[in-house]
Amino acid sequence: MKDAFGTPQSLLVLGGTSEIGLATARRLVARRTRTVWLAGRLSPALEKAASGLRDLGADVRTVAFDALDPESHEENLGKVFAEGDIDMVLLAFGVLGDQARDEDEPLAAVRVAQTNYTGAVSAGLVCARALQSQGHGSLVVLSSVAGERARRANFIYGSSKAGLDAFAQGLGDALYGTGVHVMVVRPGFVRTKMTVGLEEAPMATTPEAVAEAIETGLRRRSETVWVPGALRMVMSALRHVPRPLFRRLPL
Amino acid sequence: MPAESPALPPSEAASVSGWGRTAPTTARLVRPRTPEEAAAAVRDCGERGGIARGLGRAYGDAAQNAGGAVFDMTGLDRVRVIDADAGTVVCDSGVSLHRLMEVLLPLGWFVPVTPGTRYVTVGGAIGADIHGKNHHVSGSFSRHVLSMDVLTADGTVHTVTPGTPLFDATAGGMGLTGVILSATVQLQPVETSLMSVDTERATDLDDLMARLTATDHRYRYSVAWIDLLARGTAMGRSVLTRGDHAPLDALPARARARRAPLAFRPGQLPAAPSFVPEGLLGKTSVGLFNELWYRRAPRSRTGELQKISTFFHPLDGVPHWNRVYGRSGFVQYQFVVGYGKEEALRRVVRRISERGCPSFLAVLKRFGQGDPGWLSFPMPGWTLALDIPANLPGLGAFLDELDEEVAAADGRVYLAKDSRLRPEMLAAMYPRLDDFRALRADLDPRGVFRSDLSRRLAL
Repeated sequence: MKDAFGTPQSLLVLGGTSEIGLATARRLVARRTRTVWLAGRLSPALEKAASGLRDLGADVRTVAFDALDPESHEENLGKVFAEGDIDMVLLAFGVLGDQARDEDEPLAAVRVAQTNYTGAVSAGLVCARALQSQGHGSLVVLSSVAGERARRANFIYGSSKAGLDAFAQGLGDALYGTGVHVMVVRPGFVRTKMTVGLEEAPMATTPEAVAEAIETGLRRRSETVWVPGALRMVMSALRHVPRPLFRRLPL
Repeated sequence: MPAESPALPPSEAASVSGWGRTAPTTARLVRPRTPEEAAAAVRDCGERGGIARGLGRAYGDAAQNAGGAVFDMTGLDRVRVIDADAGTVVCDSGVSLHRLMEVLLPLGWFVPVTPGTRYVTVGGAIGADIHGKNHHVSGSFSRHVLSMDVLTADGTVHTVTPGTPLFDATAGGMGLTGVILSATVQLQPVETSLMSVDTERATDLDDLMARLTATDHRYRYSVAWIDLLARGTAMGRSVLTRGDHAPLDALPARARARRAPLAFRPGQLPAAPSFVPEGLLGKTSVGLFNELWYRRAPRSRTGELQKISTFFHPLDGVPHWNRVYGRSGFVQYQFVVGYGKEEALRRVVRRISERGCPSFLAVLKRFGQGDPGWLSFPMPGWTLALDIPANLPGLGAFLDELDEEVAAADGRVYLAKDSRLRPEMLAAMYPRLDDFRALRADLDPRGVFRSDLSRRLAL
């Protein structure tokens, strides 16, 4: 059960090698979290992530999960919930893709969309139903500022996050009153292995900062969290910039 | 449908939280109107179990059960028998102490123990084994319970008396042994419905403890409001209010109260609004309140006549006062450390005051002998209760540190107020926890009685 500050005792991370996911898990394990499930493709990297959390004192288990194989979600994630209540699900998987290549290879672009959007729709719905039947829990969805307004430089990734973001908002409203809390997290540029080599955007942040924002959001039962918080204002302004001007902005 | 199976009581899905309004969860709220319906509801409660709930005054998650059933017991609200000579009452568990006062005061009887609110049920009072300002004289509520009917997991009703395992596990057992259906309670005789109150100020924590230690035995009721924001030499400055039921001859000869000395008129202010912005109760506003509250109290005054509601239940005057903390709600922290562990109390008070926790409802009290309930909270020593807005950054870790201090001093925190204790701390604080778990495993092997509290703390 979550305590008065929204800190979970059990956590399921979808995308068990995600740096933001693991930074969040580390932060929560230092507080109350004792049981952690890492869901991802079974790999040495996933095992390494698990043993890192075990060293912090958590009871960590891994479960096979592939965003591109929605058929398996019900069964694989069902096993996790059958073992006991999950207080928080962190939907942390996603791929950035390579905009230039993806524009040339439609199938590569589709993979980005399938991972970030349709995979999340399937996993999100499976988890939402399980959380609903236990009457409590938080579903924390890692969206992105890139989904707020499509940019020339990464609109394939951005559009997949836009879809995810809209889905998560709607799901949150659908689950209002069921005891399940859906929180959409919109980080800006996060320095991780996924963004290594990319030119850093203004207001860049770190996985640890996102983790801290998630913990605060849980305590406040927030529905939307921007990281850093000032992005809320920035994006609110950018959203209203006329297209001809927006197109020319060096973003 | 077979004729003998009773109809199921009405139920609806509802979001349920404690008085602190933190961590709400959704459950099926079932409202039995008879003991038979309660038994049917228990038998029907499904795989996520059920838990009884009274008026929802437990601050944390004791009367919540995510995804399962919550039995709203306020439908069992009959006062069945009053013996006005012996001073006993037999009533359903859903009867509130407020109702008992309305009924009993005109007959010259008062409830044996009342907490800071009248709006708790008899069942809740036993389940949390509540205490009041008279604990140092009278002990906890369940010490005055002569017998009670408990509905256990198999759907049968047991009439139990003090000293039996089921009674002692149920007193303070947070509803996890069964559903209390009714109880026989021994009452306290009174001549009037007024209180004769002595008020004095203490300039700091040591002064307060010295005053309480020296003269508490002269009073039936004793409590001190403490300013936890005061720092330096004023740390722990307090206002002591102690008193007893006013005898008839204490009333002025020609006062209106003389004509109806047992009248019970609590009075009520408008309710707190349903929306209150976050952070209204910060360090500045609470500091200002505490300063005024301390200054307006007389340095010393004796024999002031106060209404029962003014003396015992000042906050009941504002319905929904818990809303003033805004959407995030608040946390109550109450602990006790034994006599001889005053240093631990001082350290905790110093840490709270240095951190500047905005608390305006903090009270300190001396407990008397411990109570027989296996999970009863009181033990001989000092108890401090305080409220803190839940959205205070870093509060969780800070309270964990206070837990360490309390546990190191062989103290404990109060489960009826808890919403955040670390499960590992529990066994050290409640030495009879293993007996409690064994009794539950025996009487309720399937784990029918479950709450968010029991899940969180693995009770």
